[in-house]
Amino acid sequence: MTPPTLPPPPPEGDPLWRDEFSVYAAEERYVSRRQFAKFLTLTSVGMFVGQVWILAKAWMTPNPTYPVVAIANVADIPVQGVKLFRYPAEHDTAIMVRTDAETFVAYSQKCTHLSCAVFYAPERKRLECPCHEGYFAVDTGRVLQGPPPRPLPRILLRRDGETILAVGVDNHAEG
Amino acid sequence: MSDLEFFVDPSRCIGCMSCVNACAECDTHRGHAMIHVDFLDREESTATVPFVCMHCENPTCAQVCPADAIKQTEDGVVQSSLKPRCVACSNCVVACPFGIPKVPSRLEQMMKCDMCYDRTSVGKKPMCATVCPSGALAFTLRSTIKSERREVPVNEFIFGRQTVRTKVHMMVPAGTSTISLDVLDHLWVSHKGVPQ
Repeated sequence: MTPPTLPPPPPEGDPLWRDEFSVYAAEERYVSRRQFAKFLTLTSVGMFVGQVWILAKAWMTPNPTYPVVAIANVADIPVQGVKLFRYPAEHDTAIMVRTDAETFVAYSQKCTHLSCAVFYAPERKRLECPCHEGYFAVDTGRVLQGPPPRPLPRILLRRDGETILAVGVDNHAEG
Repeated sequence: MSDLEFFVDPSRCIGCMSCVNACAECDTHRGHAMIHVDFLDREESTATVPFVCMHCENPTCAQVCPADAIKQTEDGVVQSSLKPRCVACSNCVVACPFGIPKVPSRLEQMMKCDMCYDRTSVGKKPMCATVCPSGALAFTLRSTIKSERREVPVNEFIFGRQTVRTKVHMMVPAGTSTISLDVLDHLWVSHKGVPQ
């Protein structure tokens, strides 16, 4: 019987994991349970302070004022018709829908998920986002399905004779 | 860290088992001796040899540990496995070239000689060396051992392709600088030279 031949020697140099899990206690970067608990506690305190700060900031900040802007004439929009406009600023796209002869609703056109533009689907009476199939009720703006976490911000309208005016934004619209 | 070093002289071992009993006295592993006293060839001889952990400079047991449970302290002592990490896989038992680590099934954790770290780290002798009546286990200064013994301390062992340098020294006949052991020799040919 012949003796077995030795296998080839392993490659030179230590792999990366050996650096992270060193044999030598002095090089150890192990996090003990107590350190981890301390980290969790301090992080929680930090997040609590952050929340309080955000709350305080919200209380301090005065309510924003919105301009009153004429959007359209009633006669220009048929029932189930749509008017796109910018409100309150130049880059804030918005969509107005005439749901019946007397009712106009308007919302920000940015989906609350990832800001794709929503469009009105008259046959299903809802605002739909094509990106991830997030649907919103056209009468309230609440989320019907899909990933959007919040309802669409509602744009408050006022009818002044034959003119529709945008007068404000309700960010907390809830169906 | 003191200048005291550990020297093992197998030729002086009388097999009295004092070291085994002294080791088992320790509170950290009471009842379990971490030192092994082996008969070299029980059929032919009463010669025995004590094996403490040799505390390799690059410990193979720790290198093969998948749970990162075996650590070497800054003074070169390789510790027993860390209880929260050891998974009792016995990789170290298989890998150690000296056959030191053991995994007692009752403990489900690798335990081995840590050179009585609680004692040696503060300059005291390990338990086994305090009781050894014949000087087979000596924890002393290198200058003392050189002046008192004919044998010379060696801490370089060659196992096939692996060269192992250790913190613990083995006393060998003068003129020897390394101890070379090829495991293959012992696998394929018995000690009597008769092919198995």
